[in-house]
Amino acid sequence: MRLTYTERQKAFRSEIRSWLADNVPKTPLQSFDTEEGFEQHRQWEARLFSGRWSAVTWPEEMGGRGCDLIEWLIFEEEYWAANAPLRVNQNGVFLLAPTLMEYGTDEQKKRFLPRMAAGEDIWAQGWSEPGAGSDMAAIRCKAVRQGDHYVINGQKTWSTRAVWADWLFGLFRSDPDSTRHHGLSFVLVPLDTPGITIRPIKQLNGLPGFAEIFFDEVKVPVENRLGAEGKGWNIAMATAGFERGLMLRSPARFQQSARLLVDLYRRNRDVADADPSIRDAVIKAYMDAEAYTLATYRTACRLAKGGQIGAEASTNKIFWSELDLLIHETAMRILGPRGELVQHPVEAAAINGATHNWLDGFLFAQAGPIYAGTNEIQRNIIAERMLGLPRA
Amino acid sequence: MDFTFDDQQTAFREAIRRFLVVEAAPEMLREIWETTRSGRSAELRAKLADQGLTALSVPEEFGGIGQSDLDWVLVHQELGYHGIPDSLTDSAYLAVHLLNRLPADLALKRAWLPRVAEGKARVAVGHPINPLVGDVEMADLLLLWHDDEIHALSRDQVEATPVPSIDASRRLYEVRWQPTETTLICKAAQGKALWQGLIDRATLALAAQLLGLANRMLDLGVDHAAQRKQFGKPIGSFQAVKHHMADVAVKIEFAEPVVYRAAAAVTENRPTASVQVSHAKLAAGEAALLAARKSIQVHGAMGYTWEADLQMFMKRAWALDAAWGDRKFHKTRVSDFVLAEGAALGPGSTFI
Repeated sequence: MRLTYTERQKAFRSEIRSWLADNVPKTPLQSFDTEEGFEQHRQWEARLFSGRWSAVTWPEEMGGRGCDLIEWLIFEEEYWAANAPLRVNQNGVFLLAPTLMEYGTDEQKKRFLPRMAAGEDIWAQGWSEPGAGSDMAAIRCKAVRQGDHYVINGQKTWSTRAVWADWLFGLFRSDPDSTRHHGLSFVLVPLDTPGITIRPIKQLNGLPGFAEIFFDEVKVPVENRLGAEGKGWNIAMATAGFERGLMLRSPARFQQSARLLVDLYRRNRDVADADPSIRDAVIKAYMDAEAYTLATYRTACRLAKGGQIGAEASTNKIFWSELDLLIHETAMRILGPRGELVQHPVEAAAINGATHNWLDGFLFAQAGPIYAGTNEIQRNIIAERMLGLPRA
Repeated sequence: MDFTFDDQQTAFREAIRRFLVVEAAPEMLREIWETTRSGRSAELRAKLADQGLTALSVPEEFGGIGQSDLDWVLVHQELGYHGIPDSLTDSAYLAVHLLNRLPADLALKRAWLPRVAEGKARVAVGHPINPLVGDVEMADLLLLWHDDEIHALSRDQVEATPVPSIDASRRLYEVRWQPTETTLICKAAQGKALWQGLIDRATLALAAQLLGLANRMLDLGVDHAAQRKQFGKPIGSFQAVKHHMADVAVKIEFAEPVVYRAAAAVTENRPTASVQVSHAKLAAGEAALLAARKSIQVHGAMGYTWEADLQMFMKRAWALDAAWGDRKFHKTRVSDFVLAEGAALGPGSTFI
């Protein structure tokens, strides 16, 4: 055990820190769930790419830096501390890319990864359907092979970023006679293909953060399939592992929110201390953000020594989603009657220029225990795979 | 950056685990705790010494093996899991911490360190953070706090009144004694830092034991849920029961690395050590208390009996959570750090 950074890691930290200091936009971008904000964020991805910072863990030949997981954590720490924009291509860079690198052909990697790194292709996810939410194996949307194409018919829903994204990756039933997790294929679909209708869905904040997608005789070339036909389930599970595991929610995000919460509390103690349990919640938020960070470093070190990420990915998902709720619920309690206000410039105060929209964060935190596999599903996974309890 | 233990450390832990499974089974511990006045067994202590546990912190020149706080943390998880009473930690970890840092020419140090290492001496440690002192009647030596001074006394120099605890493993005493020039072995000027280090180590030791206890209660709950049948199937197949156990697993998963970071900070004497051990004990205590609550629920009426082993571990968890600084004490230490002007918080501050 050696809990110190090497000279190389320290140098890496200063390199990204100074690049961010020179490049992070001085005024915050608009939400990426608006048309204009989406384009601003796409341009930010291109800017990151120009400094080779858009996908640091990827191999150099794909536009990355070949960083290990510790360097990735350092990158994320500096990124969140600098209050840099949210990553509009998170679905692609952190979820699809690791899957592509593991299951994709060389041709697919060359075709998709560099464009993804440059922000030229922004990716949406296509898992859920009206009848397939937590029970993802109930997928019905069909992709039936006809010669060198799949013909897709059906519907996907809750597809994040799909309103303005360029591509979608997801699971489709390629064997119409199959049931459950058999006969599914992992297919990459350009969202401008004829036959696709995208209907935006407004989220709690009123912006179209996700969409439902209708497929009517949509033709997609066979070379857009990732992995073998009918083996999509296993590939999707690998993606879900990345999502719940390390890459989706880096600890720095919560450390930054917790630090801003401490700051909010310190500036409002005259009102906040009227309820002594608020202080307790602030300290708990700080401690849990540290705990999540420590657990992630530990997992990163275990993986570096050849370990595997298993059911602890499910413990991660429960922990960060509940932590995010704690942080933002506590902020709302401090803000009191001002919490409901859509714009409250008073609280746009700063640590290193960092601002935080507590209401936005509070609304988004409500989704945490639901997306990427509900926390109930995660608890089942923990009970059955980590603890060995019998299936129902 | 390496957040893993080396092979030697994990192998030692594994050896201790295998040893305790055989030599400290619950029925054996119950026999000692419930039928003897001292609650301790000379035979078990000798076996623990054979495993090297009493010599762990003692320097080689005094017959020990000179291991670090980091090695202890894994051992303490096992001691917690198996419910080994406090006397071993008090003698071989805490008292040795004080003795190690006393001046080299002190006769007391040269006399007692080898005896502790051999497992032939029990040392009780008294500090006002705890209202009572543990294992006084069995103690060959007492190291007691008085205004940050360290005093060394023999058992017959103190008046000790036993005060029963609901935790059958504990032997607590109210102690009355007179500090004198002859009992004084370390003045307050040096003693203050030694007691500070002692509280940090005691907190760390208990945090690791609480993790072990949480794991034990989780295992007992999972075993019961897998075997007990109602409505024609194991109760562990029901989601409500599964989720109780999953919640405990999550708490343990995110408490363990906090304890390990604190162990590294104590080992390296980092300025953040005190805050980090307090955080560790709060996190491990929360895991242990949740494990107790959820495991008794899963056990049903059996969990409320003296007969089921769960009570042994549950009561130790309740007691240890409040020993060497209760939650109020440790929360205040963390909150004083977090709320201080210019505190190092946020991304990148974790390993300062």
